[in-house]
Amino acid sequence: MSTDVNVKMDALAGVDPNALPLQVKNLHVEFRTRNGIAHAVNGVSFDLRAGETRAILGESGCGKSVTAQAIMGILDTPPGFITGGEILYRGVDLLKLPESERRKVRANRIAMIFQDALSALNPVFTVGFQLAELFRKHRGMSRKDAKARAIELLDLVKIPAASQRVNDYPHQFSGGMRQRVMIAMALALDPEVLIADEPTTALDVTVQAQIMALLAELQRERNMGLVLITHDMGVVADVADQISVMYAGRVIEEAGVNDIYASPAHPYTKGLLESIPRLDLKGHELSAIKGLPPMLTNIPPGCAFNPRCRYAQEVCRQDPAPPLYQVSPSRTAACHFWKEVKGDE
Amino acid sequence: MSDVVLETRDLVKHFPLTRGIVFKKQYGAVQAVDGVNLQLRRGETLGIVGESGCGKSTLARMLVGLETPTSGDLFVQGRNMSKVGAEERRRGRRNIQLVMQDPYTSLNPRMTVGDIIGEPFEVHPDVVPKGKRRAKVQELLDLVGLNPDHINRYPHQFSGGQRQRIGIARALALNPEIILCDEPVSALDVSIQAQVINLLEKLQAELGLSYIFIAHDLSVVRHIADRVAVMYLGKIIEIGTEDEIYDKPTHPYTQALLSAVPVPDPKLRGQRDQIVLTGDVPSPANPPSGCRFRTRCWKAQDICAEQEPLLVVRDKSDHPSACHFAEVRDVVHATE
Ligand SMILES: Nc1ncnc2c1ncn2[C@@H]1O[C@H](COP(=O)(O)OP(=O)(O)OP(=O)(O)O)[C@@H](O)[C@H]1O
Ligand SMILES: Nc1ncnc2c1ncn2[C@@H]1O[C@H](COP(=O)(O)OP(=O)(O)OP(=O)(O)O)[C@@H](O)[C@H]1O
Ligand code: SF4
Ligand SMILES: [Mg+2]
Ligand SMILES: [Mg+2]
Repeated sequence: MSTDVNVKMDALAGVDPNALPLQVKNLHVEFRTRNGIAHAVNGVSFDLRAGETRAILGESGCGKSVTAQAIMGILDTPPGFITGGEILYRGVDLLKLPESERRKVRANRIAMIFQDALSALNPVFTVGFQLAELFRKHRGMSRKDAKARAIELLDLVKIPAASQRVNDYPHQFSGGMRQRVMIAMALALDPEVLIADEPTTALDVTVQAQIMALLAELQRERNMGLVLITHDMGVVADVADQISVMYAGRVIEEAGVNDIYASPAHPYTKGLLESIPRLDLKGHELSAIKGLPPMLTNIPPGCAFNPRCRYAQEVCRQDPAPPLYQVSPSRTAACHFWKEVKGDE
Repeated sequence: MSDVVLETRDLVKHFPLTRGIVFKKQYGAVQAVDGVNLQLRRGETLGIVGESGCGKSTLARMLVGLETPTSGDLFVQGRNMSKVGAEERRRGRRNIQLVMQDPYTSLNPRMTVGDIIGEPFEVHPDVVPKGKRRAKVQELLDLVGLNPDHINRYPHQFSGGQRQRIGIARALALNPEIILCDEPVSALDVSIQAQVINLLEKLQAELGLSYIFIAHDLSVVRHIADRVAVMYLGKIIEIGTEDEIYDKPTHPYTQALLSAVPVPDPKLRGQRDQIVLTGDVPSPANPPSGCRFRTRCWKAQDICAEQEPLLVVRDKSDHPSACHFAEVRDVVHATE
């Protein structure tokens, strides 16, 4: 049996190697709860190229994790239902695949890391066993080869003394090391796309810096696409190529990283950037966005941001919601007054 | 009267590690806080930063009397809290109030907001006479930017940022002079964080409060603090004005910490002088000899293992730094 990790045992029909590794088109997800229908994702679209980092930025509850769960096929159903859209892996719509085919994509081609590593790792098995299982199941490796690969991987994510630590249980690792183990598991089968949902939020800044550096290095080596879900504007500025800003289940602005920071075209993005403490604001009031994000069971008509927006006019309070206007050939913003916001007018 | 409203001298908190159920045998101790000296001046904000587990919350809990120090002294308005009588200690405590991190669990879900904010009056009935308490609570709600008519609502009817305002109103109930904020905005979204930070600054200006502000977000601390103390494994390793700490850090740990903070400006990408530390934080039950940072420090020499560096001003540092080789290094290239 081959031990080459790049040999994918499970062929997937219809894959077009020239198509993008990931395209999300007009995704809709709702949660049917006792208190009504929560519209968690309302038409999210984005593309991800090989080797590219796309950040998904937004406040708590805006639908970032649900989007990721829908892509991975791990949505909590019920109450969660995908009610529309497409999720394309190299041209194949994952939403149309039976679960048996879907499983071939998970971990193999699109893998995910979570905020909370401890809950993603199984506490009763050693770290080495959990890694080795991946190779045994998906690559048909022998026990011995699989363990050797597990050690290599732990080494790759810079766990010191990997050949000894491979026999440890997750609780014997520090938070930062557990996050490395989870990265190792996600990268084990050499996926083309990695979705990282707040991978460093629970970690200290010095550990966060280590983990982000490690992710960047591995991404470069493998030309992997990375979807980075975060609310940290500093991390985004540091690593992202493209940014999708979400609000109440929609992408409300999409642009390259430099454009977003230099001239945000949506009032929400602008408000977020202005609420970060900056050196020149010392001794001054921060410009906070007033009010709160809406309940997803009761999203206001028109632009969902209108009750908090300082640019809002009558048109903003009326359906339909503002479409994603083309701000430039490479960027869009869902605000009727994007020119004013951006300072073009 | 002195300008110092709060002072600690060699404050220590060790949590014993015990084995056995009936005959507990101590086999060690977690040195959560190990000899902290600091002063808080009237009207200032002292920021405390440091990584998870370095002892920030334990220190805060000792300052408000929720934890008894293993040794050391705490002075409130010049009075040694372990030497004064019960009544005076009670009054001293009243003067220091705590705002906690988690707006979701720190409020009792079965109490109304009015009862939560008014609860301190049960312990200190002399502050506001019974008949005036409801009015006082409404005044507090108004002060923190909440609707006074919501006095009978329950915590779950409020958002995270609003709950943090409730926590702040409660802390203000007894007219304290000192407020200790332990990660007051960490659980909040950026846009809501700014609202709470603005509120804290407004209250400080209006009421002349002194703050100790604990946070792991270094840019938030820079915004709000006048002086900053950096902790590592139970000790303060550098302390100075906000400018001194951020622009002229001299302890390798402070430098590493500052250099690790991502700057929200893509134009500065790759230009940061980033110091990536290797290794994990050692266990506080078994800290390294000498300098506690030496196991992760790129400057460490033999002396660092042999001799504990004191928190003092040295030749190449104009403010106290606990490093034998303290020397300024500019790690944060500001955007101005
Ligand atoms: N299992 C579930 N049942 C019901 N509602 C859910 C469920 N999972 C998510 N939701 C709802 O969907 C919305 C979007 O949640 P999601 O977890 O995607 O937010 P998020 O953007 O990841 O936020 P955070 O930054 O807090 O992680 C939320 O309002 C949430 O209440
Ligand atoms: N009641 C306790 N019993 C035993 N150990 C404790 C207790 N409380 C805290 N500790 C330990 O003391 C050390 C300091 O904890 P503390 O909560 O003060 O850290 P912190 O700096 O506030 O961290 P964080 O940033 O995570 O809040 C930690 O190692 C912790 O595990
Ligand atoms: S005293 Fe030594 S070990 Fe400690 S920080 Fe300074 S150089 Fe590093
Ligand atoms: Mg999430
Ligand atoms: Mg704490």
